[in-house]
Amino acid sequence: MASEAHGAETGGLVFHPMDQFIVKPLFGGDVINWYTPTNVTLWLAIAIVCVVALMVVGTRRRAIVPSRSQSVGELAYGFVYKMVEDVAGKDAIKFFPYIMTLFMFIVFANFLGMVPMAFTTTSHFAVTVVLALLVFVTVTVVGFAKNGAAFLGLFWVKSAPLPLRPVLAIIEVISYFVRPVSHSIRLAGNVMAGHAVIKVFAGFAAIAVVSPLSVVAITAMYGLEVLVSFIQAYVFTILTCVYLKDALHPSH
Amino acid sequence: MEGQLAHIGAGLAAIGSGAAAIGVGNVAGNFLAGALRNPSAAASQTATLFIGIAFAEALGIFSFLVALLLMFAV
Repeated sequence: MASEAHGAETGGLVFHPMDQFIVKPLFGGDVINWYTPTNVTLWLAIAIVCVVALMVVGTRRRAIVPSRSQSVGELAYGFVYKMVEDVAGKDAIKFFPYIMTLFMFIVFANFLGMVPMAFTTTSHFAVTVVLALLVFVTVTVVGFAKNGAAFLGLFWVKSAPLPLRPVLAIIEVISYFVRPVSHSIRLAGNVMAGHAVIKVFAGFAAIAVVSPLSVVAITAMYGLEVLVSFIQAYVFTILTCVYLKDALHPSH
Repeated sequence: MEGQLAHIGAGLAAIGSGAAAIGVGNVAGNFLAGALRNPSAAASQTATLFIGIAFAEALGIFSFLVALLLMFAV
């Protein structure tokens, strides 16, 4: 983004806080084609490998007294299962594998981004928009496949007085189509903002007077960001469940 | 000149994050007030709490996005 014009642009910081989000090819050069291995694809692949390591390899033995990795896997499974059941209802359980995949992938991508020197894949809109659009398309297709034209009743609020309903319908349609936008920007924006704040404090650490303070601030922000990483994954999944519930039971 | 105006606009967009902070505080504070009155019902409403926080926070993130666009895209 603003990699050239350093110094004047950075306002005295030793590095630009947004430099950490630059996509670079892994093996040199600066031409990026769709097949070029970049730091984004590397860390996406690492996230997938970690999910497989925890959920497939870690729980392989299926012990009655679970090992440490198996307990973590079971905990995550139970957590997401209960969330789908509570929020989206019993008949949404057939979408549980999809929602579980989403949750595990986002959690691992966020947590791997917290590793120093790592690249945070979920800070890029290109990654989160794909996830959110997939949810949007799934919800729309499921809604129409399950309810037919009755799915449009989602926009026709029956509980409102009749003269108000056309106005509400317009608002509901707009809010329906803004969903993937806010869904994706919430995740990417939170993660990106947190990482940028940590980098800004890291820039202050170079100034001798404030460096002890900024080290404390980095530690505190890091703790907060670990929390935010999990909560944002949770929020992304729970909103997916809410949208699915709308598709399965469109009446208000 | 135009670039400097964009920077002022980015600073103004940061007001939005303060407004989002008020919204999130409202949600969490009201949840806590309700939860202390009826602690047995609180656990079942944490999902609603997070959904409410997420919706309030999203608009603050939008203002952050506007700030970023003004800084880097204009």
